[in-house]
Parts: sequence; structure tokens; C-alpha cells
Amino acid sequence: MAAVSGLVRRPLQQVTVRDAINQGMDEELERDEKVFLLGEEVAQYDGAYKVSRGLWKKYGDKRIIDTPISEMGFAGIAVGAAMAGLRPICEFMTFNFSMQAIDQVINSAAKTYYMSGGLQPVPIVFRGPNGASAGVAAQHSQCFAAWYGHCPGLKVVSPWSSEDAKGLIKSAIRDNNPVVVLENELMYGVPFEFPAEAQSKDFLIPIGKAKIERQGTHITVVSHSRPVGHCLEAATVLSKEGIECEVINMRTIRPMDIETIEASVVKTNHLITVEGGWPQFGVGAEICARIMEGISEKLVLEYSQAIINIVYLNTYWIRRLKPAFSPRSCIQFPGCSRCSCHWC
Amino acid sequence: MRKMLAAVSRVLSGAAQKPASRVLVASRNFANDATFEIKKCDLHRLEEGPPVTTVLTREDGLKYYRMMQTVRRMELKADQLYKQKIIRGFCHLCDGQVRSLLCNPTDHLITAYRAHGFTFTRGLSVREILAELTGRKGGCAKGKGGSMHMYAKNFYGGNGIVGAQVPLGAGILALACKYNGKDEVCLTLYGDGAANQGQIFEAYNMAALWKLPCIFICENNRYGMGTSVERAAASTDYYKRGDFIPGLRVDGMDILCVREATRFAAAYCRSGKGPILMELQTYRYHGHSMSDPGVSYRTREEIQEVRSKSDPIMLLKDRMVNNNLASVEELKEIDVEVRKEIEDAAQFATADPEPPLEELGYHIYSSDPPFEVRGANQWIKFKSVS
Repeated sequence: MAAVSGLVRRPLQQVTVRDAINQGMDEELERDEKVFLLGEEVAQYDGAYKVSRGLWKKYGDKRIIDTPISEMGFAGIAVGAAMAGLRPICEFMTFNFSMQAIDQVINSAAKTYYMSGGLQPVPIVFRGPNGASAGVAAQHSQCFAAWYGHCPGLKVVSPWSSEDAKGLIKSAIRDNNPVVVLENELMYGVPFEFPAEAQSKDFLIPIGKAKIERQGTHITVVSHSRPVGHCLEAATVLSKEGIECEVINMRTIRPMDIETIEASVVKTNHLITVEGGWPQFGVGAEICARIMEGISEKLVLEYSQAIINIVYLNTYWIRRLKPAFSPRSCIQFPGCSRCSCHWC
Repeated sequence: MRKMLAAVSRVLSGAAQKPASRVLVASRNFANDATFEIKKCDLHRLEEGPPVTTVLTREDGLKYYRMMQTVRRMELKADQLYKQKIIRGFCHLCDGQVRSLLCNPTDHLITAYRAHGFTFTRGLSVREILAELTGRKGGCAKGKGGSMHMYAKNFYGGNGIVGAQVPLGAGILALACKYNGKDEVCLTLYGDGAANQGQIFEAYNMAALWKLPCIFICENNRYGMGTSVERAAASTDYYKRGDFIPGLRVDGMDILCVREATRFAAAYCRSGKGPILMELQTYRYHGHSMSDPGVSYRTREEIQEVRSKSDPIMLLKDRMVNNNLASVEELKEIDVEVRKEIEDAAQFATADPEPPLEELGYHIYSSDPPFEVRGANQWIKFKSVS
């Protein structure tokens, strides 16, 4: 097959993130009778963001279930179903609404395997769009990577590309643990080239492994979800000035692949973290802490050039001022070794 | 251990008594069964309720008596061990409350934290339960769950966040049963305190909408911690709070009443009519937990009155003795056996070693290869095995 494709030069498929997630869920629903999807508008509406388009028509009421607006209730029902042996995918219309149900995610799902001494696994997936969207205001824009990433017993993934999205949702569904899949609404419509292996029904991306999207030698730039794209753009700009960034796509928030980040920082001696969540107690803060802990053994970093955390400012009115505060402008600032805006 | 398990399995399968007892009782003729009148249940949206008379066989009677005594003694032993500081942390006792001890092993059950009694009736031994309370590795959750987190086949705990278990219970059937087309029901229990939680009403709505075979059971022991029902609920008719879900109010201190009501409710659910709600009017002798003496919000006289007039074990005993289903001596013999079983279990629970520190990080993830977990600082690592 590889030899033939080398001769024939088929163009790589372009698949949006939305379709990739749809494909991933479709394949897993087909593969295992126990998998089902529930959430608001997932069935007859085809999904609030059309991510589950076509699934209800194909699988019917039993497997694709519309729920009332009762996050705590239906998240609990989903966890109960997982305890009894099914494999639910519980969709939150956005992760902001998961706060209503967060007790079920953490106390009923994440902690149970441990508290039962290994007797009661909870094979459930919680998925939905996370973080900022296009000016939807404060209540609809929170990034939950740090909140969920804090909890033992949970796995948390944050795909960026279509390949990430398909591989991670499939791994999440097949995983016997509660997995939180933090998608991004603004990425749903973005097409990516889909490599041949991603078209396989058994294409899986391992949870807990980061990917180096771009090799570099001068600065390590670590990110997850939509900001990965911005980092790559910034890297292209900086490259023209002779600064080669190594861009790491975390893919998984928990368990974090700190080894990949560390190896890169040992090489470059500079680290920038970029995320859509708030800075205090965030993903970037955790990466910093771990790198600093590893310092005495592996790294020597000069204080003034050590680590920069960059976060997005996610309120509506800030959007209008974006050019001034955008992380892109921070990274693009020539010779930038310390961010001057004190939001970071 | 084997003897303990054998005793439990005999009780649960209703098998014959030990040969020694048979010799003793063979010398006296007992009735095989007797018919009793039981209190009529209050009904909500139901044309008929459970029957008002029921037949109790000698075999069942002895089975129930042993079960109830074992749970009672086990709870009292836990009380004692707690006061000796052998059990620490949370410990919520259920003595006084007859629970729905009677459902098929294939049915599912979930409750909140007052769970020791259920853990026993769902098949675990007193030994495993007490060892879990004392935090030893012989405990049913290897010492990692404690009082509030015990699990068994078709028994989903033991849940610390009251109210959360109700949607879980609806989910255990929502799909597990209905999805798989099985003829099972789920008994989902909560207390009068948790009955005011919003997520319970969300669960009612979805259970009724999707016709889930769920028996919602509110154990009304009159106090949510220290708050009496009048001070917590605008409507204390808990059996009506399901609104569109039919309900019945049951005398929870009478095991026969509870049995008939549970049978009725299970038949209702199995017939595909959807969920049903049961309120059990019951009482707890102990305080809310071991840190609560239980007398600042109620009077000792009240506790005494319930104990002397409505104690479930006393009621059953009187019925059996007065109707020639058993003799006082026979029941005393069961008491002695139960006491021994509990003593042995308490010995085990006190002597068994605690889980080794190396296993602190175990069971974080299921079915995963072993990995390292950070300890109290970055140089301390624990291994985690699934």
C-alpha cells in the first residue's frame, strides 16, 4: 500500500476538527455496542455545534440520547451507567456548564476506582468545547484545563488538530478511566491534512504523550488546543529573524508529558508556555513548577531568561484591544526575553 | 473466614439451619408460617398499594432475624471500636433503621453514606466490613474507602455526597438495565435531608421521561443531621415529592411492611411503567455520626420511646414467638451465634495489618500500565498499579 501510494501521489485528505471528532465517535459507536452518547441537543439537533451530525439518524434513540437541561442529573446518570458496565460519552454543551455537574465528574467518576480499592472502574468520556469562543462573554469562556487537570483519577486531553481530535477521542472512549476531552469551538471548522494512518478505524493517539509539532533549537514553546496554531504562526515569523522555536503540542493535560518538555528545555534553555486559561494556578504555572523542580538535576537556567507564561485574555472587551495584548505580539517582539505587559 | 462466609451465604440463600439446632428444635413443633396484618401504605397517584396482609414463613423469619441482628450487632460493635479509637474518621451508623434488605441479588442498589448494613446484605462479610472501617488491608476496599465507600456486586456504595447517588442510581438502570434489556431494577436510596437536593428532581424528571425501572427510596429517619424534617422541608410528604411519579409511604420499622412494599414497587417497575417512589418512615438511634451524641436536637425520651415501642427486631421477635414460628431459646441461640461472628470479625479487624505504604498510589487508573506518582515532595515517588 505504501509503495503504491508513493507512485500514485494521492492528495492528503482535508478534514475539519468537527468531522474528525464525528468520525471518531461514529467508529467507536459502531465498534462497541456499549458506547452511547448523551447530552443536550446531541440527537435531533445534530449537536449544538453539529459535532454529532448524522449519528442519531444512524444509531437511533437508544444510542444517541437528548437530555433535558439537567447537567448534574444527566452527568450523574452517565456515571451510573458507566459503573454498571456501559461506556457513555457525556457531552457538555460547553465546559462552562460542566460546573453544574462537576461533583459528578470528580467525586463520582474520578475518585471511585481509588476509593473502592480497584473494584469499581468508571469508563466514561466527558467532552465538549472548552475555553474562549468568539466574544461570548465571561460566563461562556472559561478554560477548565487547570481545574480538571488538578484531579487524580481523571485523564484530561486537549486536542488541537483533526488528527489529535480523532485519535484522542477514540483513545478516550476505549480507556477504562474517566477522560475529559477539552475541545475548542473555534477549531471545529478548521480543516487539517489528515494523514493516511488517521483514516484507519483503529487510529489511536496515546493519552499522556505530547507531540513536537515543529523542531527548533532556540526556544521551547509549549501549548495546548487552539493556541498551538498561534505558536506555529509565531514560530514562522520568528524564524525569519533567525530564532528557531520548538513548538510542543501537549495533547494531554493529565497525565502531563513533562519528559518531552524537559528534554526540549534541556536543549534550548528557554521556555514559553502559552494557554487560554487564567494565569494563576494554571497549566503554565504547573509546567513552570515541574521544570523548576527538575532544574537542580538537569537544567541550569539563567533567571532573567528563565520562563515566560503567556495567557490569553478572554473577556469580550479585551478582544477589541487584541492587537496590543495578543500573545502573538508578545512572541513576535524582537529579542523578547521578558514580557513587558504585566498580565503575564 | 470460611465459616463466616458460610454463615452469611446460608442466611442469604435461606438454607436450612445447622444440624445442632435442628436437633434442638426437632423436639418442638413450630408452625410453618403465619399470616400477619400490616399497616396500609399511603398512596400517591396509585390506585392500589401493597397488600395489607402477608405470610411469613418460619424460614424467612429466622433469616430476617439473623440478618437484622447481625447488622444491629455490627453497628454497635463499630460504635465500640470507634470509642476505642480503633475506627477513625467518619462512621455513620444505621441501627434502628430496617432497610430494604430484601431484593434479588441481580437487582442493583445504591445509597449514601449510612451504608454498612447494605454492604452486609449485598453479600460482604462482617469481617470485610469491620476491617474496612478500621482501615486494614483485609477490608472490602483494601482499607482505602472506609465507612462511606464500600462496594460489592450490584452494590454501588457508599457515596459521600448526598443526593449524587440518585442520578447515579437512575443511570445504573437507565441504561444498564433498560439498555441491555434486562429485567432488573435499581433501588436508589437517599435520606430526608438529601431529598431536598436539586439533582434528585433532575433524576425524577429523566427517570419518568425515559421510563427507567428505578425505585427511589427516601429513608425518612426524621432528622437530616441535626435538622428535623419540619425545619428542612416545605413538604414533608416525601412520597409525593416525585409529583408525576407515583409514590407510597411505608412503615419502615416493620420488616414485613418494607418487604411487601419493595415487592410491590419492584413489580411495578418491572412491568415497564417507569419509576416509583417509596418513603420509609424509620428512625436512627445513634446520632448522625459518631461525633454526634444525637441529643441536642431531639430528646432522649423520644429515642427511648421508639426503641421500646417500634424497634424492628423486637417487633419481628414478638411476632415469631407469639405465632409459634420460633422459640425464645432458638432466637437467643441465633443471638449468641451472631455475637460470636461479630467478635471474631472485630478481632480480625483489629489485628489485620494496615495496607502497606507502597500501595498508597495503587488504583488511581484502571487497566493502565504501572506509572509513578508524586508523593509529598518531588523526591518521593509512589508506584501506581491498576
